[in-house]
Parts: sequence; structure tokens; C-alpha cells
Amino acid sequence: MKKFNYHSAKDVKEASKIASSSSVFLAGGMTTLPSMKLGLASYKDVIDIKKIKKLSGIKVSGKIITIGATTKHTEVANSKEVKKAIPSLAALAEGIGDPQVRNRGTIGGSIANNDPAADYPSACIALNATIHTNNRKIDAEKFFRGMFETSLKSSEIIEAIEFNIPQKSSYQKLPNPASRYAIVGVYVAKHKSGTNVAVTGAKSCVYNEQDLAKALSKNFSSSAIDNIKISSSGMNSDIHASADYRANMVKAFAKKAVDAC
Amino acid sequence: MASLVGSRVERKEDKRFLTGKGRYTADINIANQTYAVFIRSPHARAKIKKIDTSKALKSPGVVDILTGEHIAQDKIGGLIAGWAIRSEDNSEMKCPANPPLAKDNVNFVGDPIAVVFAESLDEAKAAAELVKIDYKVLKAVTSLADTMKSETIHDGIDKNLCYDWLLGDRQKVKEAFDKADKIIKLDITNNRLIPNAMEPRACVIDYNTASEEITCYTTSQNPHLSRLIMSAFGGVAPENKLRVVAPDVGGGFGSKINLYNEEIVCSWAAKKIERPIKWIADRTESFLTDTHGRDHITHAELAVTNDGKFLGFKNETIANLGAYARVFGTVTPTYLFGPCATGVYVMPAAYSNVKAVYTNTAPVDAYRGAGRPEATYTIERIVDKAAIELGMDPIEIRMKNFPTEFPFKQTLVHQVDSGDYIAGLKKAKEMADYDGFAARKKDSESRGKLRGIGVTTYFEACGIAPSPVVMMLGCGVGLWESAEVRFNPTGQVTVYTGSHSHGQSHQTTFAQIAADELGVPIENIDIVHGDTDKGTFGMGTYGSRSLTVGGIAIVNACKKIVAKGKRIAAKMLEASEEDVEFKDGEYVVAKSNKKKTIGEVAFASYLPGVRDEVKSPLPEGEEPGLIESSFFDPANFSFPAGSHIAEVEIDPETGNVKLDKYTAVDDFGTIVNPTIVEGQVHGGLAQGIGQALTENAEYDESGQLITASYMDYTMPRADNFPEFNLGFTCTKATTNPLGVKGCGEAGAIAAPPTVMNAVINALDGHEIQMPATAEKVWKACKEIKKTNAKAA
Repeated sequence: MKKFNYHSAKDVKEASKIASSSSVFLAGGMTTLPSMKLGLASYKDVIDIKKIKKLSGIKVSGKIITIGATTKHTEVANSKEVKKAIPSLAALAEGIGDPQVRNRGTIGGSIANNDPAADYPSACIALNATIHTNNRKIDAEKFFRGMFETSLKSSEIIEAIEFNIPQKSSYQKLPNPASRYAIVGVYVAKHKSGTNVAVTGAKSCVYNEQDLAKALSKNFSSSAIDNIKISSSGMNSDIHASADYRANMVKAFAKKAVDAC
Repeated sequence: MASLVGSRVERKEDKRFLTGKGRYTADINIANQTYAVFIRSPHARAKIKKIDTSKALKSPGVVDILTGEHIAQDKIGGLIAGWAIRSEDNSEMKCPANPPLAKDNVNFVGDPIAVVFAESLDEAKAAAELVKIDYKVLKAVTSLADTMKSETIHDGIDKNLCYDWLLGDRQKVKEAFDKADKIIKLDITNNRLIPNAMEPRACVIDYNTASEEITCYTTSQNPHLSRLIMSAFGGVAPENKLRVVAPDVGGGFGSKINLYNEEIVCSWAAKKIERPIKWIADRTESFLTDTHGRDHITHAELAVTNDGKFLGFKNETIANLGAYARVFGTVTPTYLFGPCATGVYVMPAAYSNVKAVYTNTAPVDAYRGAGRPEATYTIERIVDKAAIELGMDPIEIRMKNFPTEFPFKQTLVHQVDSGDYIAGLKKAKEMADYDGFAARKKDSESRGKLRGIGVTTYFEACGIAPSPVVMMLGCGVGLWESAEVRFNPTGQVTVYTGSHSHGQSHQTTFAQIAADELGVPIENIDIVHGDTDKGTFGMGTYGSRSLTVGGIAIVNACKKIVAKGKRIAAKMLEASEEDVEFKDGEYVVAKSNKKKTIGEVAFASYLPGVRDEVKSPLPEGEEPGLIESSFFDPANFSFPAGSHIAEVEIDPETGNVKLDKYTAVDDFGTIVNPTIVEGQVHGGLAQGIGQALTENAEYDESGQLITASYMDYTMPRADNFPEFNLGFTCTKATTNPLGVKGCGEAGAIAAPPTVMNAVINALDGHEIQMPATAEKVWKACKEIKKTNAKAA
């Protein structure tokens, strides 16, 4: 690991002030630290935001759950409020990584990193989330821009994520047998306004599968998507799953999700 | 006193390991040590044009940088193949030179070229990045099927062929096949595996400038052999100036049998730079450079009669050696594979033909089971295919071809001393509720799932012996084992063994044996291993040999102790030796209450006299002390066997295979510690099931290892397994006094065909290759659906 300056920020303002193009914010460090250890990434400044109290916690008000950026996966998984309001979101958190990862990894870190196979981005899309930063509010649809790419600026810090409570929802994941990241993860959420089918793992970035979403918005039943063919164009392909397999699994897991709702 | 052999004695190792008090190579630090970082080839095949270390040498903290040029100057020898195998045409096998640091050519990604020594690991890493190497990159040979048609990797090794070996009689096989009603044909891949010991390889070297002694702490399964090779072939130092210590070692599975480049280089360099050296592999280095396992492609044929009798068998195999031939690399696909390929069956005629080839991949060597899993997979898959084609039950066809009498002369080599395959399969059938399968299949189908059941009956040949036969077959050493048993004057016992424990629990098992033999409480017995300065020369641990060879050496040394003790006791008790009986740690004079404990005898043996009188407890000519040693060379291998039955449930929508039930019934002869044996079976099953369902080492066309981390290489995890249902039968080995057989590899041997037979049964006989990953199975499900639709 290359040498770096460590800062523990006392508030968001301080953290943002230190930030530069050669700095990184550190929350759970579940991606940042291994990347630094392996020499894949190096930074001049590492800005620890874990001690900023304001960034952590879960609130439910009306039709909205707000989760602070440094809230750990295990806290979301075990939260009575989340389990009651959006059980699929608690289940998603429970299924991330392993206990060590869940005890350190944070929701803000996961979203800011935007790994194409991460779970949380699909929840943001499916649950019409709004990402609150220290400067603005960003719709999830506009937040996830591409592989490991978001609309965040270098000094911008995610403060919280606001999720809309759906009528019904389920997240179903086909894990990579080695890494246990999603080969395909499908988050189906039925809102009053319509149904979202957020897909992670399949392409370079999370997306809302429009054909499935439209069909399910009309008729929320797994048989409604039986005759829809998902194209393998743009799908990831690796030793564990070809593009064709992924395309088929998007539909298979969408059906599983609808059936589980 | 109750016998400890057969009882669930708690592991003596547990306290140390469960409280984090194990002492591994990485835990050892020597004052003033330097840190080594190896510079490795990023290319699978290349010529080294130029190495420029000038900038790196000036980097902060750098002590020295050494290359293949320095190795050549000092005439340090390379790594060797331990077995010389001859081809069918009687020509000797062809092996390339394998210098510890590559000088002119590199042959796989990870092949070491240079080494940096620095004051800290970070400084060594930083300097390593500054070493400039110019390569001429050559086309890599990575496809096993095409290797013999590819460019020659090593000068003078035509077709990349190490040997073209035959065991058996082609003519007899032809005659048998001519008489057959049906020929069953099968093409299989035995997937390449990476052993993945939990502890990565490491070495710490100390050099004493005054005594000129090198001490090499290392992660080895056989420190004595490492010392021998490093001295005799490496020329690093004479054996008496070289001490090799393998302290606690966190798993080997065969990958730590070999002496590796790093141990030779660091041992040699410590003397050169006159500083201690520490090297620890990171996980990527482990993936790239630990010896890999399996990697065969096989075409097999089985000649049968219409009623399911086997008439003959042949197998044509191409085995991948990787870039170089290592210690067990050449014997694994030959004598450890070929003879076992006819399995547990009466097979009137058979041959195994193996072509072993070089490729630009990491060296392939012994991995848990070594050759026998490949053999068992071949025969057990083709037997199942025969059952399918003949419309027979897989248990029925097996029962029909088992030997009924022992000793059983197995077709190709082995004289199997004992066994009862019928009893084992019957028991497995019962424990697995084989007859209830149809109902469970129906239940699965009602939930839209497919269910399959798979059976395997295996035998294995382990504890390779005897030495003259082993050496006649081409082994460079004999495979006996040694032990020394020492009584202290105050009655505790230290047992020195040439075996090496890296997870096998020898401290417990061996102490149980010694406690029974000597009648001494197990708490008073210590087992010492893994240090060439402690105890006699030994051959180490691999191939399920520790108990059947090393354990018996301990028994025999204990018997010598008891015999000497008896002579002394007789003198002390003023009785004749014939009248003294040894039982439960006491020498008792027949028909009297006169007795001496073995502890008293030991005390007297070291303090042979009394005050004011010239009187010795020792008979005339008897030497003081109570220390005995033994070298045991068994008359034959040991032949454990068993029957395993697995059930899988497949989700045709995703192709996911769930291993639902697994029953293993094994015959290991006498079992010394059931808890430890069950642990061995569990571990072997985990690795065997891993091979069947998840694990696969993959190289791309350019020779890059795609599965070089746990993000891509699928190690099985606890949730991949059901609760294992274990049972045992017992026919004692006749070739050793305890009646024990090896148990360490059984699970890894039996599980792959058992699980794959179940998967293929669920897929209505549709063949797929290991590992049965979700996408492969999903594709097979789709094809079956298509075929069924057409038929309808």
C-alpha cells in the first residue's frame, strides 16, 4: 500500500473541504481498502467520514424511508422499521457479502462505488430513490451513470438515501458462485404509479428493464412476462455466465421476484 | 486399561489452533531479517532479452537483487521430477531444466525471474516495480487437446511430450472387445484444480555466519525430503549444514510436497547476502505458482455383455504437466492413475495409455487423491453409462462385477489384500434410502425441479510401498517411514516421526497408538515432527501414508522399547524374561505380585546403579537408556474402499444444482480416532464436491490465469454442502499390525463421480463435464426440453 494522509472529518463541511481529485472518502472501506492494498488504487488523502454522526441512521416518515449514507448493511438488515416498511430492502441488505462485510460496509459506499454487480443500486432504481448529497438531491435514475460511475462530483458527499415505500416488492439474486456478487439481481417493486424492474449484474450499470416493467405495470403477474424475450445485447459475459444466460436469467429472476411479492 | 485406538480422544492440537497459538512460518521473525519479493513473468511464454536492475538497486532500503545469472554463476541446481517414467517404446521421459530463477526463457505466468531483498516489504515491492525486463513474447501453448500439434515449448522435447506410457495389454483388450455385446464409450474432462491451502507458501531463512548453517523454516509436507533435494540437487549446502523446519503448516493437499523455487533461492541468497530472509506468498502468487491438480482429458471404452458383465476396459488420456515436471508430477497420471482405472471390478483385460504433455501453465502435481480421483472418475462414470445403455440399475451392474474373494488380484497391478465391496454398497444403499428415491423424485417434480441419484464404488491404493518396488517403477527415493521413541528418565515419552502433520492431527492419533503400545497415559506422550534437526530422516506426509507407514514405524519402535524394557524388568524383578508379561504399562512376573511399571524401568535404565553397592538393573551387555527407532517399509500399499451415494435437485429455470443428500460408507480398516477420520472424510468430500460442482482453473489463450482470485475461482463454501451421512465398514489391512488403511483422500476420490452421476441421472443421461455449473446445467435442461418436445 502506498503512503497517504489520513483525515478523520468531524463534519461534512470539513470532509468536503479536504476533498480533491486525488482524495477518497472512506466509510466502510470494503472496496477502497482492498483496492489500495492490491495497488490498484492510491490516493493522496483518505478522508474518513465514519465519525460524522449525522450521516448514519434510519428514519421512516409516511411513505418514505430515509437511510443515512454511513448506515451499515447489518443495520438495514436488522432494522425493525425497514423490515416492516420494505421487507425486500432488509432482505437485500442481509444478502450482501458476508457478516464481516455487512458489519462494515455502508449503503452510501455501495451506491457511490456503483459496482455493476452491487445490490443496492437496484434498490435505488426500483424504489424510486432520491440521493441526498451535501449540495443537492439526485433522482436515482440520473445518479447511476455507468460502470463505477455516478453523477457525484469529487467533493460531493452522499448524506442519505430516500426510498419510496412500494405496495409490493422483492429482490431476487443469482449470485456468482465464487464472489457471491450478483450475476443477475432483479428488484421488482410495484408502486401506485407503476412497476419498476431494476436489474443489476447483467449489464455495465444498473437499469430499469422497461419491457418487463411495462408488462408488469399492466398486469402484475409472472405469466404477464412469459412471452417477453430479453435481448442479450449489452449484457456482460464472463466465465461464470454468458450474455445469453444472463439475458434469460433476467426474466427468470424477474418471475421469481413477482412470485415472491 | 481401555484401548485408546478406536476412541474419540479430543485433539491435542485443538487448544493451540483454536486459541490462535499455532506457530506458522509467517509467525517466525529473525532479528535483522530482510524481506523478499519475487519478480515473476507476466507472460506465459517468452524469451528474456534483458534484465535491468540498476534503477531498482538504488531504490530506498534495497539490500540486493539477484537473478538467474547469479544462480547460474553459483551453479545452483533446479527443481526436479521425483519419478522417472518410461514410454511404451521404452524410451526415458523428457524433462526440461527448471532453474530456480529463469535466465533465458519463462514458461508460465508467475515463473520467477529475479528477487529483491529489502529492509521492509514495502521497499522490496517498490523496488520490484523498478526492475526492467525486456521480453520477446512467444505464442503460448495452453490447449491440452492441441498441445502435441503446437509449437515446441522446450528445446528438444518433441510434440511437448514428456512420455507416452502404457500399462496393460493392448492385444488382450482387443480380443476382449471383439467378444463384447456392446462397447460403451465416454469422453471426459478432469478439470484443473488449484489446491488453495489456507496458509500460503512461505519461507524464513536464517544463516549463521560462524557455523555456516542455513536454517530454512518453510511450509512443507516433507522437510527431510526438501533438505535432501536442496542439498543433493540444488547444491545450496551440504545436508549437515542445512536444517529445514516445517512448523505448523496450514494445509497442503499435495501442493506443499514440492520443494519450490523460493525456498532454494532464499536459502542460497541468505548465505550470499549474509542476512536472514523472509518471504510470504500473497494469495495471487499462491494461485499462480502453487502446483495445480488434475487436468486430464480422457477417452475411455468399456466392453460389456448384454447382461452387464465387464469384459475389458481401455483408457486413452492426455495429462497436463504444466510448464515443468515436478516431484510427483510424472507419477500422478501414470502409476497413481492407470492401475486404479479399472476400479473395484473384475476386469479380464485392460490398459491405460497416458500421454503427459507440457503446456505454458503452472506445474501440475499431486493434489488430494493424485491420480486416483481421475481414475475413479473415469471408471465410475463409464460404469454408470453402461448401466444407462443396458437399462440396468447402477447398483445392480456394480454388484455383478465386484470380486467376491480377497486377496483380489486387480487387473493391472494391485494385489488388494482385503475388502468387502458388496457389504459396503449394501450399507450405503440402506443409509441413503435408495429405495425411497422414486418418491423423493416425484416430490421434486411436483415443485418443478429435477432430481437425480448417483452411486460410486471406489478403491484407492495409498501408502505407496514397498520401497524396492517403488524405486523399480522409477521413484527417486524409497517410501518407508521412520520413528524414534524416547523415554525420559522420569517416564514421559517423546515420539519423533518422519511424517508431517499439516492438519492431519498426528499429535493425537500417533499419541493414541503409542499410549496403547507403552501403557503410558496419553498426556505423557508428545509427538515431534517437522524438523530435520529433531528425529531421524523421514519421507513426510502425502498419499494417505502417515498412519499406514509412519504410524506403524511408531508401533514397531514402541515394541522394541517394550522388549528392551522387558529384559531390564526381568533383571530388576529377578525373574526370567519368559516369565515376565507386559500389560497396561506394567511388567508382571507370572504367578506373583512382583511387578515394575515401564516408568520405573525407564528410570532404572538411565540411572543404572545404587549407592554403596555395585549393582545394575541392566542385564549384562545391555546399554543404558530407553530409546529405540524403527524404519517401516510395508509389504504393499493399503487399499481403502467405499461406496458413496449422492442426490441432487436441479432447478431447470436457472440450472442451479443443489446437493441435497450425501451418504459415504468407507472401509478404512481399523479406525484409530473416529472424530479425526470423520473430519478427513468431510474435508475430502468438500474438495471432491468442489471439483464436481464449482472449481475450475481456467487459462485464456495467451496463458493468463483467469481464475487467479476468489472473485473468480469458485471454492466451495459450507452452504454448498448438505449434512454428510457417514458410515463405516471394516475389513482390516493384513499388511500392517494395526490393520489400518489410509483415509485422507477417500472423499476427494469418490465425490466427483458420485455427484456427477447424480447430476447426469437428473438430466436423463445427458452428458456434461465437470464442474456442473449453473449455465452448463441450464443449457442441458433446455436441450432435454427440446428433445422431449420433438419426441412428443
